[in-house]
Amino acid sequence: MPLLSLSEAIARHVHDGQSVALEGFTHLIPFAAGHEIIRQQRRGLHLIRMTPDLLHDQMIGAGCAAHLTFSWGGNPGVGSLHRLRDALEKQWPQPLAITERTHAEMAIAYQAGASGLPCGLMRHYAPTDLDRQRAAPAAMLTCPFSGAALRAIPAITPDVTILHAQAVDAEGNVLMRGILGAAREAALAARCLLVTVEAQVPQLDAPMNAVVLPHWMISAVSLAPGGAHPSYAAGCYERDNRFYVAWDEIARDRKHFQQWMREYVFASRDHAELLRRLRVAA
Amino acid sequence: MNPVAYTADEMMTVAAARQLRNGAVCFVGIGLPSAACNLARRTHAPGLVLIYESGTVGTRPRLLPLSIGDGELAETATVVIPLPEVFAHYLQRGRVDLGFLGAAQIDRYGNLNTTVIGEYARPKVRLPGSGGAPEIAAHAREVLIIMKQSPRTFVPRLDFLTSAGYLGGRGERGRAGFPGRGPRAVITDFGLLRPHPETEELQLAALYPGVTPAAARAATGWPLAVVEDPELLPPPTASELQVLREMQTATESAHRAIVRIPLPASV
Repeated sequence: MPLLSLSEAIARHVHDGQSVALEGFTHLIPFAAGHEIIRQQRRGLHLIRMTPDLLHDQMIGAGCAAHLTFSWGGNPGVGSLHRLRDALEKQWPQPLAITERTHAEMAIAYQAGASGLPCGLMRHYAPTDLDRQRAAPAAMLTCPFSGAALRAIPAITPDVTILHAQAVDAEGNVLMRGILGAAREAALAARCLLVTVEAQVPQLDAPMNAVVLPHWMISAVSLAPGGAHPSYAAGCYERDNRFYVAWDEIARDRKHFQQWMREYVFASRDHAELLRRLRVAA
Repeated sequence: MNPVAYTADEMMTVAAARQLRNGAVCFVGIGLPSAACNLARRTHAPGLVLIYESGTVGTRPRLLPLSIGDGELAETATVVIPLPEVFAHYLQRGRVDLGFLGAAQIDRYGNLNTTVIGEYARPKVRLPGSGGAPEIAAHAREVLIIMKQSPRTFVPRLDFLTSAGYLGGRGERGRAGFPGRGPRAVITDFGLLRPHPETEELQLAALYPGVTPAAARAATGWPLAVVEDPELLPPPTASELQVLREMQTATESAHRAIVRIPLPASV
């Protein structure tokens, strides 16, 4: 597990046209890594995320994405993602193909990918319009033991999964704690796993059943203090709810959005500089 | 005692809270459902078990979260579990008594749209999508829906069926084998709608003080049936309003808090 600068990790491991899962469920969203992908102007990515929020709004608006697999796309507690909506409603800045699932389906798809299975199973009762819309309809099965109606959900195996976590130890093992969503499953489903962390510590001192990603399954770790902002890292800093509310106005208008991206993301060499520009760094 | 002044939103939240039984295991969404559940927990239902889909189980937030995964929910939870377990081990396994949903559109059988207005491939308004709602609607033993009533939201025909209510009514949901019974009530800004025992069509069953059946019918996109003798719901009590307002004041100030992140000198 090499410790790389974030710009080097992205340059080495994230390429145009790949499927990339940046996971995090409100908590531990890898903003620093996503911003670096935007700075390096990756194109044609298939982004995968259960709950695309501001980071994905920025990546889509900046033209990084050709495809989005997701189950809920909004600004939590605030409203719409205006850049996502603009891409789907007006094809700006380019058309965005979507594969839409439910949370439960995404969780099962990541678990299947993490388990080396081609698909996962869930119970089925009646089709919704989402079932009717899918390009590849979820397959109906009958349980060979009970006769119960089941539905097969195709596995998700991202080319690259990127996570943010609290700490890495000297050997390169990573500790995550707090609300994890499906981060662990997305990590284990990926061909390549990149992690950004708040800090490097000599020892994790993790409780016995903690979520620890062993160093030998991680392609690169990068130090990115504050790397989840405006999301949060439990034990390190709080969620910047003011920023989530403010984003609604920033993203509503294309020009305003582009100006913000130039002034903050593109003008900053790295995440620390961005946090200073946002006056979040202390 | 003098009547206490209150807003339509407050009446709606209080009416929703009163629907929650002490000790029930409740799957909660953000916004009005979260406000109603926490009001209930702090008044008549202290043993209400709240599960947010972020994996926070048995959480007792001191203020209302802005997002489904705020730190407050994790810090005050009995346990924080991975999201795949929430949907598999809790919801699909049948451990949730009550699901609490909202939507952009509802039809007369309590089916919900949170996906799109217009055509799916050419959306007029793209909405956030499914999230956890389709499985909550399927598996929770019963469902409460909370939505403001208007002809734009209470529609004769959904643009998209995201989550199943009673489908086409007259037992279609039961025949499809759903383990959950479906929507028990829709809490609106006029009163409560409940399904007809046979047709399963929603009908106006209860009204808030000062609201007429005619006003509720005018705010509905289909000819809304009214039960013979609609119940008149009591206004919020002073103590319900006090608890709700205290919670909202604490919430507003917390959401305005300025976040500062100390950076190491080396970066």
